[in-house]
Amino acid sequence: MLNYEVTFIVDPVLSGDEIKSTAQTYEDLLKNEGANITHIDEMGLRQLAYPINKKFSGVYYSVEFSAETGQAIPKMELALRRDERIMRFLTVKLDKYGVKYNQDKRDGKIGKAKKIEKKSQNKGRDNRNSRSNQAKPAPAKPAPAPVKAKSEEE
Amino acid sequence: MASRDDIKFLSNPNIGQNRKKYCRFKKYGIKHIDYKDPDFLLQFINEQGKILPRRITGNSLKYQKKMATAIKRARHLAMLPYVTDLLK
Repeated sequence: MLNYEVTFIVDPVLSGDEIKSTAQTYEDLLKNEGANITHIDEMGLRQLAYPINKKFSGVYYSVEFSAETGQAIPKMELALRRDERIMRFLTVKLDKYGVKYNQDKRDGKIGKAKKIEKKSQNKGRDNRNSRSNQAKPAPAKPAPAPVKAKSEEE
Repeated sequence: MASRDDIKFLSNPNIGQNRKKYCRFKKYGIKHIDYKDPDFLLQFINEQGKILPRRITGNSLKYQKKMATAIKRARHLAMLPYVTDLLK
């Protein structure tokens, strides 16, 4: 099984139903090609970082799917390229971490806070301790400075 | 007279000691970098939208490459700008 993710930007000038039907078209196309759709993420209307086709916003869709072979991809990309309603698209193959990340995101494990695993956190702490132990003798060096200061004050 | 024990250093001795950089992806066990999360990727670009070097981010080579790929994908999808000024 190969896992893919296709993200595309739909023209925001279209009405709400037209936008939904556009996304539905590609969902059906993938299903007909024998792909299993894992999840469809409607990211909604977003501001673009730069204008595309003289438009400053777009409706983002992200479709995650799995297929036995990648044969459906060229057909889907050709359809996306020919479609005037689609402003931009990107197809990405997901590795196992990508699949896990999307699953976790759907379950709400990944929010704005970063994912922190307990094991790695402990490791980091140990390193920090060892480093601070090493660093302890270091502050002895700047000590002579105050003596000088005193003499200056007098 | 001027023997005050509470004044130990004239200046903060911690200033000037540069803190050790680390790869945050390795440290926190982040395995996948999402190109659809521009707020996160914003940490690795400068105010002109350029990708910061490893020298500054402290990332390991593996994750610097993945991060660069994610930024380039985000740029294609207009989530991050290719060129800009005063991004931050």
